[in-house]
Amino acid sequence: MTPASADPSRPVIRVEIAENEDVVVVRQRAREQAQRAGFSLLETTKLVTAASELARNTLEHGGGGYAELEVCTEGLRRGVRMRFVDEGPGIADPEQALRDGYTTGKGLGLGLGGSRRLVSEFEIETAPNRGTKVTVVRWK
Amino acid sequence: MDRIPILRMGRTLLVTVQVDMHDQLAVRLLDDLTMMITKTRARGVLIDISALDIVDSFIGRMIADIAATSRILDAQTVLVGMQPAVAITLVELGMALPGVRTALDVERGMEMLDDAGER
Repeated sequence: MTPASADPSRPVIRVEIAENEDVVVVRQRAREQAQRAGFSLLETTKLVTAASELARNTLEHGGGGYAELEVCTEGLRRGVRMRFVDEGPGIADPEQALRDGYTTGKGLGLGLGGSRRLVSEFEIETAPNRGTKVTVVRWK
Repeated sequence: MDRIPILRMGRTLLVTVQVDMHDQLAVRLLDDLTMMITKTRARGVLIDISALDIVDSFIGRMIADIAATSRILDAQTVLVGMQPAVAITLVELGMALPGVRTALDVERGMEMLDDAGER
């Protein structure tokens, strides 16, 4: 993934993810950042939906963690970068986890693969017992 | 305790989702609706989601579960008012909500239930 420079005038918003209601807070904060980045309604909806899926993954599979959301720029383009970090069991086979329908639990298995389709860049760092860090960027 | 209100209109149950639902609230709605269908002998369920800014895979699954459960209990579910941006995103996410009947707004949803003789 190309490193996009963070905009120093725009703060990183951090949200702790420990319970169901926190997923709603992540959605609200993602919406605010989308508005700051000047996203259209459709772009905002896609970003917020991806944020919801990834925050739920952090909660359900990672046992909780946090999200960091920021407006970023690269040349003339603007976007929103979201990072979801947990210290849970990690994922042994990320490629398999990204496939639609792959699920370890009660979900539909659309969380990772589905959210990847809703963003421009998607990166996952994980290993068994090493937690999971998912970083996504959606450009305007 | 947080709950989504369920209104009864004749033999139809009307649910207007007006808050950003967390997962437990969505699960509770499925439970409450299932009990209400049986208790009121409802033939139709109308779910208005025009106030919802997003529907993710969890809420989508709850909607599909409500439709499937009501069908087993001999009631028809119609989902109304989905915003266009929500529909586009939901399909891209991989959820086309098969088996869920939809209408553009409450009025058309009611007509749909009328036509089916479900009211």
